[in-house]
Amino acid sequence: MSRALIVHRAGPLVTVQDRGRPGQMAFGLSRGGAADWRALVEGAVLLRQSAGCAALEMAGSGGEYEATEDIRIALTGAPMAAHLDGRRLVWNASHRMAAGERLSIGAASAGIYGYLHVAGGIATRPFLGSHAAHLAAAIGAPLAPGDTLPIGADPEPDSGKAGYCLPFDDRFSGGTLRVLPSVHTGRFSARTRARFEATVFSRTPRGNRQGAELSFDGAPFSSQGQLSILSEPMMAGDIQMTGEGIPFVLLPECQTTGGYPRIGTILPQDLALVAQATPGAALRFRFVTHEEAMAVYQPPGALYRALSQGLQPLLRDPHDIHDLLSYQLISGAITGWN
Amino acid sequence: MSRDQTEQTRLPRIVNVGLCAVLVSFCDELRESANRAALAFRAELEKTAPEGVLETSTSLTSVLVVYDPARLGVADLHGHLTDLLQSRQWEKADLPDNRRLWRIPTVFGGAHGLQLQEAAALAGLSEAEALRQLSAARLRVMTIGFAPGQPYLGSLAPHWDIPRQSGLTKQVPAGAIAVAIRQLVMFTTATPTGWRWVGQTGFRGFRPESETPFALRPGDEVQLVPVSTEELEAASAGDQTGDAGATWEIIA
Repeated sequence: MSRALIVHRAGPLVTVQDRGRPGQMAFGLSRGGAADWRALVEGAVLLRQSAGCAALEMAGSGGEYEATEDIRIALTGAPMAAHLDGRRLVWNASHRMAAGERLSIGAASAGIYGYLHVAGGIATRPFLGSHAAHLAAAIGAPLAPGDTLPIGADPEPDSGKAGYCLPFDDRFSGGTLRVLPSVHTGRFSARTRARFEATVFSRTPRGNRQGAELSFDGAPFSSQGQLSILSEPMMAGDIQMTGEGIPFVLLPECQTTGGYPRIGTILPQDLALVAQATPGAALRFRFVTHEEAMAVYQPPGALYRALSQGLQPLLRDPHDIHDLLSYQLISGAITGWN
Repeated sequence: MSRDQTEQTRLPRIVNVGLCAVLVSFCDELRESANRAALAFRAELEKTAPEGVLETSTSLTSVLVVYDPARLGVADLHGHLTDLLQSRQWEKADLPDNRRLWRIPTVFGGAHGLQLQEAAALAGLSEAEALRQLSAARLRVMTIGFAPGQPYLGSLAPHWDIPRQSGLTKQVPAGAIAVAIRQLVMFTTATPTGWRWVGQTGFRGFRPESETPFALRPGDEVQLVPVSTEELEAASAGDQTGDAGATWEIIA
């Protein structure tokens, strides 16, 4: 059998994801793609391949997988208990997986979306330049037992470097989301916006890759003329106030237009805090200026380079140190973000 | 440039949508001229967008510009958009080139449009006259949204400014035509809707198996051609394209 990943068991919502399909909003298709972009980049850094490679996004729990050939894998995002033929695997790290070994990935201990990356990337047939499932648009489907996913060629088949890890970045227990004004921010009074910043929110169970509903104690957040708004384009990160005055944060598979007022838009790098928040995790919002946002903005290519600097060997034996040194000599030449 | 978006009420209006997008709004209510402006402005922007613009799209009366703030400063983008806005009267601009006129076979009323009579009554028309008007109109794809490839067609004459239902119709089939607020929507999937179901096509607006998955483009025109149930069934039978008997020509 050709180079592939066999699905023996899959969690309830495991999908192929990559950076999604930009450029289709005019046709009513939102970008989609991984709910946690940082996790996607982390996996690419760990395997030293392009961040354009597709991976498996596992919501809540993973599943059981087998490879038809020896491959390298990486595990990132929401930490899940992972075992390879009974041997515990470190999360946020890359590993070797021999043909026929069973990779078992359990439930997330924090956060929602964990990622299984393979060297060479998941190579299912692309649609509009992307492998990503977009369930809201009926593109692709959750994985099911018996599925066999083709894998692309390993970019480093001979050296086969694995056994690296990245420092744990906690975006799995809520936090403060930095927000910039959006289309209708001006329709919310200064007082309402101040209360919005002072309120502690948490995700309700109502949510998916399209968006996340938030709950809170207090009066609804209303705006001027909120029922007479013409539908306007919207995108992931926008915070809609529904007709009941409840915030709904838009995620990658959101609709492309909407008629509810939007109080603000979350900075791109903070969006994973919402996507990864479990019900009960505390979320706050803080308006920042455009200058503040630019000061902390990290385009994906820069994130890839920054993460590459933090790559560490899992085991500190001379072999791995040698590998690490050779890696750092060339790391400046790899952006992975083409 | 002021970062405070609370005071900007003058139209057309440029507002930021977070860090990576800007919205140009031509009107806060649906007008044909504002839709024309949005379509024409976007078409020009697609040709002349500065480096760093990643994507543009339109809603009924607005243009969204998605950009990479690391490559294009927000002030420079606002400047470019302001200059472009002032360069001509967009409400009177020509619509984009290479628009197409689609003729789409449609069964009106009966089991394939259960609310035609009700919608006609709300518009103050007999069912026959409603059918005549809905099929005589050459309607513009004013925007595509809600679902991939799903067009909003307009504008119908003012007496078609009928409200949405307070409740939802449980489900209409893919290809259904429904009416509200001087627009028709042609659904791409089976869906519940607050719009009134008046007709049925076999047309698929979203074709994920195709190299060209989106049949319609914003600015295209659509005429619904009345056919019998048998004719629509014949056109749909064995149809692999998604057209179900629909034809198109370039609008000269």
